[in-house]
Amino acid sequence: MKGKSFLTRLAAVALAVALMLACGLPAMAEGYPDKPVSMIVTYSPGGATDFQARLVTMMAGDDKYLGQPIVIINKPGAGGQVGWNWFVQKGSKDGYTLASYNVPHFIAQSIVYPTKYDINTFEPVANWGADPAVLIVPKDSPFNNVKDFVAYAKKNPGKITLSGAGMYVGHHIAALQLMKAAGIKLTYIPEKGGVPAMQSVISGKVKAGFNNLSDAYRNQDRLKILAIADLERHEFLPKVPTFKEDGIDVDNSSVNYRGVVLPKGASPEVIAKLAEVFPKMFNDKKVKAKMKASGSPEKVMTRDQVIKMFKERQAYLEGLLADLKKKK
Amino acid sequence: MVDFLTYFPQALTPINLLVLVLGVIGGLFLGATPGLSPTMAVALLVPFTFHMEPATGLVLLGAVYTATVAGGAISAILINIPGAPANIATLLDGHPMAKQGQAQKALYYCFISSLVGGLFGMVIMIFFTPPLAEISMEFGPSEMFWIAVFGISVMAGLTSGSVLKGLIGGMFGLLVSVIGYSPMLATPRFVFHDVLTGGVAIVPALIGLFAIPQVFSLMETAHKVTSDVEFKPQKGILWKTIKENLGHVKALSIGSVVGSIIGVIPGAGGQVAGLIAYDQVRKFSKNPQSFGTGNPEGVAAAESANNAMVGPSLIPLLTLSVPGSPTAAVLLGGLLIHGLFPGPDLFREHAAVTYTFIASLVLAQFAMCIFGIMMARYSHSVMKVPDLEMAAAVTVLAIFGTYSVQNSFDDVIVMFALGTIMYIGRKVGFSAAPVVLGIILGVIAEDNFLKGKLIADTDVGVVAYFFTGSLNVIIIALCVVSVGYSVFSEARQYKKAQAQAKAKEAGS
Repeated sequence: MKGKSFLTRLAAVALAVALMLACGLPAMAEGYPDKPVSMIVTYSPGGATDFQARLVTMMAGDDKYLGQPIVIINKPGAGGQVGWNWFVQKGSKDGYTLASYNVPHFIAQSIVYPTKYDINTFEPVANWGADPAVLIVPKDSPFNNVKDFVAYAKKNPGKITLSGAGMYVGHHIAALQLMKAAGIKLTYIPEKGGVPAMQSVISGKVKAGFNNLSDAYRNQDRLKILAIADLERHEFLPKVPTFKEDGIDVDNSSVNYRGVVLPKGASPEVIAKLAEVFPKMFNDKKVKAKMKASGSPEKVMTRDQVIKMFKERQAYLEGLLADLKKKK
Repeated sequence: MVDFLTYFPQALTPINLLVLVLGVIGGLFLGATPGLSPTMAVALLVPFTFHMEPATGLVLLGAVYTATVAGGAISAILINIPGAPANIATLLDGHPMAKQGQAQKALYYCFISSLVGGLFGMVIMIFFTPPLAEISMEFGPSEMFWIAVFGISVMAGLTSGSVLKGLIGGMFGLLVSVIGYSPMLATPRFVFHDVLTGGVAIVPALIGLFAIPQVFSLMETAHKVTSDVEFKPQKGILWKTIKENLGHVKALSIGSVVGSIIGVIPGAGGQVAGLIAYDQVRKFSKNPQSFGTGNPEGVAAAESANNAMVGPSLIPLLTLSVPGSPTAAVLLGGLLIHGLFPGPDLFREHAAVTYTFIASLVLAQFAMCIFGIMMARYSHSVMKVPDLEMAAAVTVLAIFGTYSVQNSFDDVIVMFALGTIMYIGRKVGFSAAPVVLGIILGVIAEDNFLKGKLIADTDVGVVAYFFTGSLNVIIIALCVVSVGYSVFSEARQYKKAQAQAKAKEAGS
């Protein structure tokens, strides 16, 4: 008897699944989302991206927004490649699997490595943050400004070690830009994330580093911050000049944008719904307050703005990375 | 210290105490679930603290952190699966004890030793934060590389009986650790199948290497009427056990000291603290052969070490915003959302919150011990489960635990594959602990060597970089002593065994 009832139940489940599939997308978009939504974060728990992702999605369960909570799933590895490859290859396309993105990381990786993703495999939803890279040196470093730094690097090519959060992340792009613009050679040390990279600088194990503005801001008593790789000075660190002020042509291409994407193939209704709700959610008073309190610079951008930003970065990075390959 | 005492009563408000107790009980259960490591448990809870008072939120996170570290020992002892990497060393003697009908005693040992170690770690943290923060910053790539090598040298001693087999197992683990994208240059290595792109994560490996061979061997013996051991609640042993446990001064003090030292080193984490302490206690013991067969000293060493690690791992976090363990990294998020930036300000402007947090960590140690001991009273019912049902239950737990880490079935496949290899390996005398250690340490060693080499090439050269500096020299010396001692004791045992065999021959 037991076996039979199990079989009956199995058949019922199968029938229900078949029905759902038959009804297909339109039915789903209407009630979407009717269960918790998961979001892939391609870095380990505790990092800046993971932490901010948890923060900006904390209000998702509110009826004003999604009405369903967002569950963070960490899939770290190879600077984000493991998670993003998984997301476009194996993630569900029904709108219940989202991913966080980091620009320029994923775009640069898609240019340099045989990744399964690039800007055309993602459907942007919204952007929540922008964290510029800053050039930092240990507290007792002889360098007090960018001029000192560049002058020393010119005399001692390759002798300055410079840490960053990994290969082809924003910090690496900033380092490449600085080397190109100032005509110097630095030894870039890729680390396993921003925190160990910061630690190497504070303890003087490396001579300099590019790191997130937010992390440098919190550690400013233990560091010297020489310059910011952005177009303007930042409100968190109004005394720190941009590279351009020192006459070095490093723009905002290395700024670490963080946001949310759906995979290509998600239904237009789902994209539209999320693209409408997410910017509002990121602008929620509570979210804004927590982001500010934690020293995480927020920058809310809509789907259209993100699409434009992706394209600009793609064009620029193709140029920058191609140049470097030619030199070799 | 004065500050600590001033703010101590704030941890005792009804709401904070309630959160503390609930956090500890929940943490013990979470920790006992294979696959749900302390890091995951704390990461899952951080969003809940968004809506709480800063102090209350941190009390919750601290309580869960403390309790999950100890809770992982429950599954290690009862079903031979470490709840988290930190509990590997616990099962080496804890599970044999449970099989001999002493599960309750083993668990009492585990929680009492955790309390001792945990309190020691907290005292270290409260008194010595500033100097230890300085020391923690001394650990750069070269020092971390040698720490990993030291850990590897411990592998030799972990397999009771054969140094060689321990080393081979460790090498296998090191090889497994390089699968996937290389940490620095993102080159794919040994990715001959899709499921290996992410490399072999530690938790699936841990579950596979320990749980799957366990399932197979349970099934092997299931048809036999096995143990004549009776699993009943051991009544009235609490006070006796406490006395006995506290009598193992050597094991407890080695465990606490080793755990505290490892906690201060950023990035080493608790997973190695237990194993290194266990190995040291074994080396200092008069009869090292008894380790691995149910020697309570082994449990005492391992558990005091992994809980002693908790307090000191917060030192680099609170003072320099550099987390000393993966879990501490997640705790950092819990601090930041309330605008608490690690650094000197934390102890001045936010002293009330900070010291409430520290006080609650101390209280959590006691709560963990009390509730853990209460839970241990029911442990015999787990041991009574017949082998077949046990095998099924462990399989379910193994799959569930592995899948839940990153919702990935690839991990489940990796877990089963490693488990099957380990089952065969166990038949010919290999044990799982050195393999796991290889997987954990391989990554640390490789990453830091490459980083060190890059830095050294711009400066003094690789040899000078890795072999000079007082910390480097000290750690290298420790490695040499560790390997030398293993070889020496192996040789001595071999001679003894030969002499015995000769004596027997002569006698017959």
